[in-house]
Amino acid sequence: MLQTIPVDWIWGLIGGLLIGTGGAVFLLANGRIMGASGIIGGLVDGSGRNSAAERIAFLIGVFLLPILIKPFYRSFDTHATTNIAVLVAAGLLVGIGTRIANGCTSGHGVCGISRLSLRGMVATVFYIMAGGLSVVLFRHILGVI
Amino acid sequence: MQRLLFAFIAGGLFGAGLFISGMTDTSKVQGWLDVFGQWDPTLAFVMGGAILPMAIAWTFTRGRKPLVGGTFPAPSDPKIGRKLVLGPVLFGAGWGLAGLCPGPSVASLSYGGWPHWVFFGAMLVGMFAAPRVRARLDNTVPAE
Repeated sequence: MLQTIPVDWIWGLIGGLLIGTGGAVFLLANGRIMGASGIIGGLVDGSGRNSAAERIAFLIGVFLLPILIKPFYRSFDTHATTNIAVLVAAGLLVGIGTRIANGCTSGHGVCGISRLSLRGMVATVFYIMAGGLSVVLFRHILGVI
Repeated sequence: MQRLLFAFIAGGLFGAGLFISGMTDTSKVQGWLDVFGQWDPTLAFVMGGAILPMAIAWTFTRGRKPLVGGTFPAPSDPKIGRKLVLGPVLFGAGWGLAGLCPGPSVASLSYGGWPHWVFFGAMLVGMFAAPRVRARLDNTVPAE
């Protein structure tokens, strides 16, 4: 039975459980919602000045742990595009969009949906739909990615 | 100090989970969004796996206080304004374009190579500009 399930899905589930456990620790210990865009954005625009150290400690963890795990992998390719215009446009859209939305995949998606927040669910529906349309447009119609 | 330690542990679990789940591989994220191509359902397993411990955690917040002090976040404001539509639409467009969102963009900085730094830099610029865009949205339509 297990052999019929792609191994990527199992790793996805295990990784997801770790992500959710991280969110649970941040919530139960620090009383914070684990939203990546909010944590970074608050440092960038100064709105999170009072909790800057906590935000930086969190981000160091996010940055550092993959470095410790990576040696156990023979190779890991992120398949990122090398088209600078695409990277810059995508980065700007993600930066502005997540801050206007007040959340991203972790904040609205994981933390919002898990508390049955209507805002989280609405945001998630719209960013997944827009993401799907974006891939259709830029991959299948325009052929840029 | 305790607060910083727990923040680091939470971030570490988040970063490890993003790496292990394959969510820093842009082709897997775009594969999930690409319903008309070779659809890759991995992201659904990641989301499901992440929501489970979080849902349990939320039930523990009732009538309690966070371990290191302070208070738990207030219930989310049920207001659905146009920022909650426009923001996710812009975010989703960029997410589909590069296959990266804020969490994975940080987790992949150490091993993704220069494209990840370009994306991350542009994202910070976008986040820096966002309050001005947000203020304009608030001003033009006061009836949100």
